[in-house]
Amino acid sequence: MTDPAINVSHVSKQFGETQVLRDISMQVEAGKVSCLIGPSGSGKSTLLRCMAFLEQATSGSIHIEGEPLGFTDGPQRRRQSPAELRRVRSRIGMVFQQFNLWPHMTALGNVAIALRKVRGMSRSDAEDRAMAQLDKVGLKERAHHYPAQLSGGQQQRVAIARALALDPTIMLFDEPTSALDPELTGEVLNVMRQLASEGMTMVVVTHEIGFAASVGNRIAFLDGGRLLFHDTPQAVFAAPREPRLEQFLDTYLDRGASMLK
Amino acid sequence: MTWKLFSLLLEASLMTILVSAVSILMGLVMAIVLSGLRMSGSRVADAGAGVFISFFRGVPLLVQLLLIFNLLPVIGITLPSLATAIIGLSLCTAAYQAENLRGGFEGVAPGLIESAEMAGFTRMQSFIYIRTPIALRMTFPALVNEAILILKASSLVSVVGLIELTKMAQNLSASTYRPLPIFAAAGVIYLAINLVVAAIGQRAENALPGLPGK
Ligand SMILES: Nc1ncnc2c1ncn2[C@@H]1O[C@H](COP(=O)(O)OP(=O)(O)OP(=O)(O)O)[C@@H](O)[C@H]1O
Ligand SMILES: [Mg+2]
Repeated sequence: MTDPAINVSHVSKQFGETQVLRDISMQVEAGKVSCLIGPSGSGKSTLLRCMAFLEQATSGSIHIEGEPLGFTDGPQRRRQSPAELRRVRSRIGMVFQQFNLWPHMTALGNVAIALRKVRGMSRSDAEDRAMAQLDKVGLKERAHHYPAQLSGGQQQRVAIARALALDPTIMLFDEPTSALDPELTGEVLNVMRQLASEGMTMVVVTHEIGFAASVGNRIAFLDGGRLLFHDTPQAVFAAPREPRLEQFLDTYLDRGASMLK
Repeated sequence: MTWKLFSLLLEASLMTILVSAVSILMGLVMAIVLSGLRMSGSRVADAGAGVFISFFRGVPLLVQLLLIFNLLPVIGITLPSLATAIIGLSLCTAAYQAENLRGGFEGVAPGLIESAEMAGFTRMQSFIYIRTPIALRMTFPALVNEAILILKASSLVSVVGLIELTKMAQNLSASTYRPLPIFAAAGVIYLAINLVVAAIGQRAENALPGLPGK
């Protein structure tokens, strides 16, 4: 039996008094795409950030390919050392809503720097590799542009290339197209579609219900910090039995996805 | 005001430029280290850096210079006046530059640090390759401003026996009994240097990629 790529087990998260995640358990199998949907404030970002240990769950545990993330397993549960955490995290690439490119480096620099400083590659090897990765997202010509000289869609594709250059087995996306003008979302979604078709394990927080329906192998529906649903798109869209899900879909469903109904 | 006198002033202004430039750069390095200590997560390091900064910002530069000048021989160190002047000025500017940088470091968006973390950078690597360059760019105008302040403050280092522009002007006015044209000339030279610094700063700022709003 192989371990799931991501195993979230009874995760709860509190910010002070506010309970943001309530006893969430879910698995993402290797090579599958799970799309996280749900109303604003339902805890989608928090759950995704817990999967990268950018947020620390109040209780519960998360395993990445069978290895504990953030805390060690066993009776002497303790926080992982920075080096241990880095090692487990190295399997995870993360793409943020705000791109988060480093403004003082070109697109190429953004992709190459971790290859050099973390992976210890020579400058020229790192830049070759970075260039190939930028080519893959269609941005070879923009390699020497700074983030401020790129459109939002281009910046987000650089951010994806930056994450992919480090060879993650899992990619986490937090609303990767929400900060983009509508005409730029397509180019980013296409890169993600391509990635999914290559068998990357992905968790995508998204409001693009059409994308979730067509690319997601599973759709997870969060509401008020509870995971109400984690099932195939067909199951979720064809027969929404949960009243909260039905209500959410009524508000968010675009025409494309409503045709699936 | 003869050419002879003016050329002596110009020559002394080279010393002003040397002392100031070296102090600014050394102060910058120290300010980055101080910022690192403040953000290291160690309370002792943070407190130490805090005390250093308060002291050098709170005590007049002239008093600092005289303290260092008189203290070093007591603990058995004799340094040339140039070295003493540079130590005094750079310690002082380090404290101010650390304060300037603080705003820059605080302005680095948390997401940029998180993406460094996800890319596998250690805390130290993130500080060196991500936070510091961004903080420096955001506070670059303050750095140029500090350079100008230090150029002017360097007139105080004559108290440790260094002959720079102001000291030379004092010496010449004492020997010629014509202070007015000599101090006027010295003032013009300071002004000219600072205009050049400001212009270089402006050009560098425009050339720097990744400044906010660009
Ligand atoms: N650092 C924090 N401190 C306190 N509360 C927080 C923090 N981060 C998130 N929250 C709260 O947790 C709840 C869930 O937030 P989260 O960002 O996970 O929601 P979301 O589903 O991603 O929403 P959106 O669709 O608007 O991005 C919200 O009520 C939010 O106010
Ligand atoms: Mg969110």
